[in-house]
Amino acid sequence: MSKVVRLKLCLWALLLSPLALLGYRIWLDLQSPGLGLGADPGEAVMHFLGEWSLIMLLCAFSVTPLRQMFVGWQWSRPTLGLLFSRSRRLVGLFAFFYVTLHLLAYVAFFLEFSLQELWLDFVERAYITAGIAAFVALALMAITSTRGWQRRLQHRWQLLHKLIYAAITLGIIHLWWLTRDDYGDVVWFSLWFLVLLALRLRPITAR
Amino acid sequence: MYLLNRRLRHLSGDDIPASDITDGQAFLNRRQFMAAAGSVALAGVFLPGMSLAGLQPDDDLTPEAIVTSYNNFYEFGTGKSDPAEYAHEMTVDPWSVKVSGAAKKTGTFAFEDVIKGLTVEDRVYRFRCVEAWSMVVPWQGIPLKDVLAQFEPSGDAKYVEFKTLVRPSEMRGQRGFFSSIDWPYVEGLRMDEAYHPLSLMVTGVYGKSLPNQNGAPWRLMVPWKYGFKSVKSIVSIRFTKRQPKNTWQLLAPHEYGFYANVNPAVSHPRWSQATERRLPSSLFEPNRRPTLPFNGYAEDVAGLYAGMDLTKHY
Repeated sequence: MSKVVRLKLCLWALLLSPLALLGYRIWLDLQSPGLGLGADPGEAVMHFLGEWSLIMLLCAFSVTPLRQMFVGWQWSRPTLGLLFSRSRRLVGLFAFFYVTLHLLAYVAFFLEFSLQELWLDFVERAYITAGIAAFVALALMAITSTRGWQRRLQHRWQLLHKLIYAAITLGIIHLWWLTRDDYGDVVWFSLWFLVLLALRLRPITAR
Repeated sequence: MYLLNRRLRHLSGDDIPASDITDGQAFLNRRQFMAAAGSVALAGVFLPGMSLAGLQPDDDLTPEAIVTSYNNFYEFGTGKSDPAEYAHEMTVDPWSVKVSGAAKKTGTFAFEDVIKGLTVEDRVYRFRCVEAWSMVVPWQGIPLKDVLAQFEPSGDAKYVEFKTLVRPSEMRGQRGFFSSIDWPYVEGLRMDEAYHPLSLMVTGVYGKSLPNQNGAPWRLMVPWKYGFKSVKSIVSIRFTKRQPKNTWQLLAPHEYGFYANVNPAVSHPRWSQATERRLPSSLFEPNRRPTLPFNGYAEDVAGLYAGMDLTKHY
């Protein structure tokens, strides 16, 4: 196994670990109701997936600035640079995966698969509108994430994938709008996002 | 006794033997009830002369472990398990209660003195949280009217306001940096709501004294209103002419009103109130059911709001 393959395997394991934890909690809950997920398991699963969706999105958005840092550092290894340059899509696709599971959990556990209710929520509740808009933006990015689409869209591909800014903004707004009190989580996510935006304000030449 | 046990067994399914929930002080009261109620309608046991007191045929008791480990008590954090984890840090003995405002007997009283001589009753109530989950809970408590009447409120007392303890050293949620709540937690009722026979000052649950996380040593229980009206760990009772501003109304006036009657027809701006998840819920059986007007107590309490537009007075 080459170094890059080994590193990629590590990355896969890392990105899957929240899901493994959730799987373990669901398994616990099936053994003894309430043990793994508490009294309201549907809510617990949806909440867990939502939180990790935002973390994964911010991780994907962190790849580019991190790569630049590694490239800039004297001690950086070429393999690490290589990994970073190839991992952005993977992390981004995982983020989309978690967002999809989050939405599915909502539709399954809260709406019992009623698409009509989902539509009503989309029209009537601003935080759902924001969440679904973020999902659509990410879906467009995921579909066009292949090399084929990259070639087909050429320079417009870059433009389309600027949607990540919209998706993360909408995701954070989604969380702001549904928080009732204790703004700790949403403040930390917002700060993380703001730092990443600030890093991107550096002159193009530094990239 | 037999009849009541049978009723409770029905309520609890097979999980909770009736014997678990009939210890302590409860016995005496039930016997008194039974003597009074004879063999009439079962829920008449809880409230003689009233209808089925809101309980529905499929209302199973929520297990004690869930009632005492899953709830909101933001003074200890916003997570549902925070109260159970951290409420033990709160000192509930000694406990004093300040009574003020439009009443003859005002002042600061020891908790024991306030409840002395008052009869504790058993009430199985449906509980509906504004977040769209619900429980069925066997409380022990004193009719709120009995608690309040001893202070002899005057004609000026149109409302009664309650406040929760503020003690950041023992209530970590009150130390939270990111909280936007201006403590103390305040709630209020119109006097006729407070004097309604269903309104209860709870001192116990499942036949045991009230655990800290559920609002020890006493908390309100107004079963036809969303749970946030039922203020916990009360240290202040104030009789007032003007409608008090309750905490959630102050925080988000377009989402939470003063009345907060359970109403499936009026959505919370951020989610529907048409259905609820009855706890314990499970992944594959979400236990979702329709929410009832006034949480099932419409027959008993709808009259309190005759002529009011409940979409405005939400």
